[in-house]
This record gives sequence, structure tokens and C-alpha cells, in this order.
Amino acid sequence: MAEPATTSNTTEDRLAAMTLPTGGWSDPARKAALTRVRDMGLPGRRDEYWKYTRPETLVQPDAPRAAVFANDEERLFANRDVLEIVFVDGVFDAAASGDLQMSGLQIDRLANAQDIHWASDLYGKLEGEGHYVPRPLAALNTAYATDGVLIHVTGKAEKPISIIYRHTKEDSDAVLHHVIKLDAGAELTLLENGPGAARFNQCMEVDVADTARFNHVRAQGRDHERRDATHIFARLGTQSAFKSFTLTVNGRLTRNECVIDLTGDDAIAHVAGACVGDGDFHHDDTVFVTHDALNCESRQVFKKVLRNGAVGVFQGKILVKEGAQKTDGYQISQSLLLDEDSQFLAKPELEIYADDVACSHGSTSGAIDETGLFYLRSRGVPMAEATDLMTLAFLAEALEEIEDADIAEELTERLSGWLRRRRG
Amino acid sequence: MSAMDDVQVKEGVEQDTVDAVKGLAGKYKYGWETEIEMEYAPKGLTPDIVRLISEKNEEPEWMTRWRLEAYERWLTKEEPDWAMVDYPEIDFQDQYYYARPKSMEVKPKSLDEVDPKLLATYAKLGIPLKEQAILAGVEGAGEMPAEARKVAVDAVFDSVSVGTTFQKELKEAGVIFCSISEAIKEHPELVKKYLGSVVPVSDNFYATLNSAVFSDGSFVYVPPGVRCPMELSTYFRINAENTGQFERTLIIADKGSYVSYLEGCTAPQRDQSQLHAAVVEIIIEEDAEVKYSTVQNWFPGDENGKGGIYNFVTKRADCRGDRAKVMWTQVETGSAVTWKYPSCILRGDDSQGEFYSIAIANNMQQADTGTKMVHLGKNTKSRIVSKGISAGKAQNTYRGLVSMHPKAKNSRNYTQCDSLLIGDKCGAHTVPYIEVKNNSSRVEHEATTSKVDDDQLFYCRSRGMDEEEAVALVVNGFCKEVLQALPMEFAMEAQQLVAISLEGSVG
Repeated sequence: MAEPATTSNTTEDRLAAMTLPTGGWSDPARKAALTRVRDMGLPGRRDEYWKYTRPETLVQPDAPRAAVFANDEERLFANRDVLEIVFVDGVFDAAASGDLQMSGLQIDRLANAQDIHWASDLYGKLEGEGHYVPRPLAALNTAYATDGVLIHVTGKAEKPISIIYRHTKEDSDAVLHHVIKLDAGAELTLLENGPGAARFNQCMEVDVADTARFNHVRAQGRDHERRDATHIFARLGTQSAFKSFTLTVNGRLTRNECVIDLTGDDAIAHVAGACVGDGDFHHDDTVFVTHDALNCESRQVFKKVLRNGAVGVFQGKILVKEGAQKTDGYQISQSLLLDEDSQFLAKPELEIYADDVACSHGSTSGAIDETGLFYLRSRGVPMAEATDLMTLAFLAEALEEIEDADIAEELTERLSGWLRRRRG
Repeated sequence: MSAMDDVQVKEGVEQDTVDAVKGLAGKYKYGWETEIEMEYAPKGLTPDIVRLISEKNEEPEWMTRWRLEAYERWLTKEEPDWAMVDYPEIDFQDQYYYARPKSMEVKPKSLDEVDPKLLATYAKLGIPLKEQAILAGVEGAGEMPAEARKVAVDAVFDSVSVGTTFQKELKEAGVIFCSISEAIKEHPELVKKYLGSVVPVSDNFYATLNSAVFSDGSFVYVPPGVRCPMELSTYFRINAENTGQFERTLIIADKGSYVSYLEGCTAPQRDQSQLHAAVVEIIIEEDAEVKYSTVQNWFPGDENGKGGIYNFVTKRADCRGDRAKVMWTQVETGSAVTWKYPSCILRGDDSQGEFYSIAIANNMQQADTGTKMVHLGKNTKSRIVSKGISAGKAQNTYRGLVSMHPKAKNSRNYTQCDSLLIGDKCGAHTVPYIEVKNNSSRVEHEATTSKVDDDQLFYCRSRGMDEEEAVALVVNGFCKEVLQALPMEFAMEAQQLVAISLEGSVG
């Protein structure tokens, strides 16, 4: 383990500003997580894993203020048959949420602490165990999470669950932790959208048993000043499938970490992301996929469009452990820089200890393709519109990773609308 | 237990082949030792030792001060631990920092005066120190037209330069090629101006150590407009026990000049590991071009990881002028541990940097190597082709940086890193850093990891090749792009070396 990344003052100052929830089955896990936070120290500037993203505003005691964005659009996924669960600045809103009963699964809230709960076997486990890189913000989350949903999927879920995160206060500082357990053969689609809070620390642990399938689509809120640190930890059993897609538009600082362990043979994990950043925007995708079984497939597809000084970061790693033969690992990270000021910083890594594998990664960065732009212009398409068309075409490869074509279309349309509105 | 014993034997491989291969494991052609009377400075590192090295080299006062300052800096620095290499802690006080053959006490005036034992050593290595037209030991060399293939050699034996060939002919062309100790005395103005200007004294732990204790190395100055009439070469030989080798190379290509430089290295086979921490600085002015090729064949340790050289090297080229060009080509087959990142600073507009590398790690070897391309000037171009091959229980890492600064408009980088794994006990890793800070530049990075293709092997085997030959051929094909970038003598040597390094890897 590396040296504590920051002085203990930074860590202790942050901890002093929070209250450790107590009294319930999660107590031991929270205490263990707190010890981990203190051992690791909260991330600092000199931390290699935070080489390209400055963590100060994510670890300072109080959340930096973030203006509430006046969103006049209909919320995403509203016209689908979904179960909506609403959190407002990190607080569960029972009135706005649907009935938490559904066939094929059982939903509880983390805040309703009980003495014995199935989630006690998982809470903080995937986050805390066997990682090669310290993730103190996730441990902080496990220790201090005020709420979250615990979903135990036993069969095929009747309909998708859609979690909505609303942001209403300029100084809200939310910490939510979800645990999702899919039994063998179970299936669930989880949708998430909204900004969450001025500062939002979210952690999700997903245990996908043999032959189970988990689909995840997320749209992070459009609030310009929000700051997010999210973690997804997934463990995959034999022949299981995990698919996750994230769309990010706006936000001052976003750090999305996704940690996937392929522990059963023939499992599949796909992680994708599309982001559009303008101006004071910093977006960081950090992915760590571990192949620890035979014949698994992993795929990472990340696309970023950046302008007016926006910064895009990609840190992706494929680790193939000894014996994880027949691994198929693929990773692509690409950025489109729309002007001279924007930056793309990437560290795509491979670490491979098995010989019968096919792993590859690619990373590119550059300006918009002049030939394509010229073609559109010669057909009478105005410059701004042509740029947007090229932007959408560039992002399409990531959006195509979304399993459900209808959802992919809804997000694409929404994205195209946002680009159009910015054009005025 | 040898590393070979527990490697799984693939189906269809005959036991004969496996046995034959086992017999070859750990075979290192240059592992012999020259018995020669040596003179050592006392063990350990203190300011007195630094002064002593400076004294032995009859250096002026400014150089001694420079070294002592470096020594003070070194005390404040920490050994880097970020590379994916693992080795026992080095006791920097438990080794010799200066060793020279007794017979070199009075520097010979010409090659005729050099101790015959030393000449024999280099002859045995295939680098006879006489002004012959071509490097011996290269198969097929005799058939080449001798006129065109002249190579000047500077031979470094432990801490001292033994001799430099073709000095007279080079002098006529205006090229200075001598040992760095000689250059400090004869050309202080050039050394003062350039030494430490590319790799600053406090650059990193090993470079700082080198700045304090470097004993010898090569110096090259090519004046404006001169195309160096022959290839220049330095051959490093570690011979003494418990002795670190710290050489310093300084190459200056003035405006519009051209030089091609080759570097080779070997060491005796010993149970104890030895440290080699070199610094190479290259300055390339406007319109000049430098090609720097290395075949690194230090003793890699035996098949159980015993012994071998720790090769911790800092190499950097600074393209100061517009349209300057540098090309690094390296074939890394030796060393127990390699930590080496030949880099290019592309400062001048339209300057170009290229890096071609083959890194082969077999048995217990560990290599963490790659390059840095720092684009500062407009329209700068860089190209990286790296081929890593891991076999046995070795770990091979490519680590690189491509950085496009905001002012490096219209620049271009292309990176290709391929790794090949032979056997299920080794590792291949890729750790690239890509930093793009302007949008008119294009950066492309591609990396693949795979195993030796079964179809290709089957094809070769069906044509009557044995498994080992077949693998060597496939691997040579895999490395082709890099081998082609080497000067001819080296390309041939490298090709054979690729095959030899992989001996014992099949099965």
C-alpha cells in the first residue's frame, strides 16, 4: 500500500465534518471502512492515481457551492414503464418515489437499518477487498453513506428501476451507497439520472451471480457547477453479463470510477461512456478491469468531446491474472478537441500475466475531421450544425454500447437537443 | 529448481526438444572474465571518493565542484520505486565506484601501447581495437565492401576508456570523438556548455549518482555541416567484481551535421548483481540528425535470477534547433533489471523524434522501458514502435509518455506497442501516458498483446524447422520494423541475439 496520500489533517478535517451513522447491521463494515480511509488518507495532488484530476474540492470539509440548474426539460426515462426512486440532495423522497414492491426483486433502504440483512455480506466488501489501487473516496462513502438502495434481484425484474437524483440546495453534500445483488439467472436494468447534489459521492456495489445479467445506463445531471465522485464495484460470476453506460454533459468536476472483477468463466463486461464538456469542465473516467477467469470478454469504449478549455481524462486498465487464458480485452479512448484550449490526458494500461490472450487498447486525440466538415458545409449545412453532426457521429460508437436500442435513441435525441440549444 | 522445470510443456512438443532447450537455458556468450590486475578506489561513496575519481581523471577544479554538488544533491534524492521491477535493496556503500586496469595508469598514447590483454578481451568480444574496416564477429561482414563500412570504436573497460580508433581520420573531418575524460581536458568549453544541459544534475536518483561518480564514457562533437565519415561506436565492458559502471556520453551535433552512433555492452557471468547507471545526453542543433543505436547485452542473470546487471539508465536527446532529428533504436536483451527511457525533447519547430525498441525478457529478467516524446515546437513529429517479448518467468513493461504542449501546434505522434508472450508464467505490461494540450495535433496510440501465433508456428514446423527455430523466426518477424531501423552490422547481430535470448523459452 502506498504512503497516505495527504497529511492526516486533510483527512481528519474531512471526517470531522461528517457524522458516522451507527446502530445497525452495517456498523462493522462502516468502522472497517473508516480504518481504511485513515490508513490510505484521502487523495491528494501528488497521488499517482490522481495525476490528472485535482481532488481538493472532493475532499475538502464543505461542499463547494453549486448553483441549481433550472432544468425545464422533461426528466429522462419518464415515458417508460419503470419504478422511480427519487433522492433529493441525497435524501430519499418517498412521495415522489414509486411503490418499492416489484416481482422478481426486493428493495430496501440503507437508512432503514435492521439487525440482520442480506446486504451485510456485501456492504463495503466489493469496495474494500482485493484492490490494487487505493480508493479512499469509496471507503469514505462506505463509512459515511446516509442512504441508498439495497436491491436483491431473485429473478427477472418486472421492469427497470430508475433512480432520480435531484439537486435543490447550493451547498448540499450527499453520500449515497447502493448494493445490488443478482442471484443466478436474475436480470435487472438500472437507470440513473440527475445531478444528485452540489457535491455527490456515490458508490454502487454490484454482485452478479452466475448467468445473471445487469444493465446500467446513467445520465449525470447537467448542472454546470456540480462535483461528482462515483464508484461502481462489480463482481461477475460464470457466464454473467455486466453492461454500463454513462453520459456526462456539464459539471465542474466528475470522477467516475468503475472497478470490475471477472471471477467466473465466460463472463462479459462492457463499460462505456460519452461526455461533452464545455469551458470549466473536468471529466475523469477511471476504469479497472481484472480478468481472473477463463474465456472472459471485457470492452471499454470512451469518447469525449471537449471545447473552451474543457479537460477530459481517461485512466483505463486491463489486468489479466495468471491463468486467465482466452481473455479477450479491448479498450478504446478517444477525444475530439474542438478548439485550441481543451486537453485530453490519458493513461490506458495493460498488465498481463497469461499468454493465450488477445488484448488491445487504442487511444486517439485530435481536432474535428476537416474533410467531413467540408463535405457537410459543401452541402449547405452551417458550420455550427455541421460541428454538432460530427460530434454526434463521433459519440455514436459509445452510445451504441447501450443494450436497449430505445434508451440509446432517447439519450441520442436528448444529446442532440442539448447541442442544438447551445447553438441557440 | 530451474525456471524451466515447472513451465508447462505444450502438447505436441517432443521431449528431445524440451531437453535440448533446457540444456541451452541460461547460456550467455559473453560471460567470461578477463584476468587482469586492477586498481580500485576504496569501497563506498563519500565526497573523498568523488574527489578521487576526479583526481584520477586529472580533471580541472570546476569539474570536481560539479561532481561534489551532484553528490550533495544525490544524498537528498530517493530511489524511484514506480517501475514494475522488483529487486533487493542496493547497498550503495558496498561497491566500488572506480576500477581501472593497472596497465592503464599511464594512459597509452596510441592503440599499439594498450595492454595486449585488453586488446584480446575486445577481440574476443568481436570488437578488435585496430583500425580495421569493419566490426569483426558479424557474419557475412567479409563480403561487404570495406570502404563503406568503417566504424570508429571507443572502448570502455570498467571505469576507463581503453582507446579510441580512427581518431586521426575523424579529426581531418573536424569530428571530435574521444573519451569524455579526455574531452574535459581538451575541450572544456564544449563540455562546460553542454554537460548536464539535457539531463540536469538533479534529474533523477540514478542520473544524479552518475553525475557525481561517472568515470568515463564517450564524447562526440560534429561541427556544422559535417556528415560524420563513419559510424561511431562505444563498447562498454564491465569486468571487475562488485563494481558499478557509471559512464557518461555526450553527443553534440551542430547545425546541419549528421552522425550515427552505436553502443554495445556485455559483462561477465557472476552470481552477484552489478549496477550500471549511465547517462547519455544528445544535443541536436538546427537541421542536424543523430541516430543512436544500442544493442544491450549485459549479463541477464542465470535462469534462476541469480546475478546479472541492474541497468538504470537515463538517455535523452534535445532537438534544440528547427528541423533537428533524432532516432533511438534499442535492442534490449540483457540485464537482470532494466530501467531505461530514452527520450526526445522536440523543442525546435519541425523537429522529429523516433524510437524503435525491442525488449526481450527471458527467465527471471525484468524490463521496464519505453520513451518520452515531449513536443514543444510547432509541426513536430514523433513515432514510437515498441516490441516487447516476454518468456520464461520474465516481466516486460512498456512505459512511455507522449506530451503535446499547448504551443506544439500541428504536431503528430504515432505510437505502436506490441507485446508477445511465450509461456504462461511471464507478464507483459503497457503503461502509456498521453497528454494532449492543443487540438491541431494528432496523437494515436495502439497496443496489442498476444501469444506467438499457432498457425505461423505450424507453418514453420511443417517446413521442417524445429520449434525453437520456428519461434525465433516468428519473433524476428514480429520485430521486423525495429530491426530494419538498425544500422546493418547491428541488425545482423540483433537478429542473432533475438534467437539466442529466447533459447530455453519454448516448451
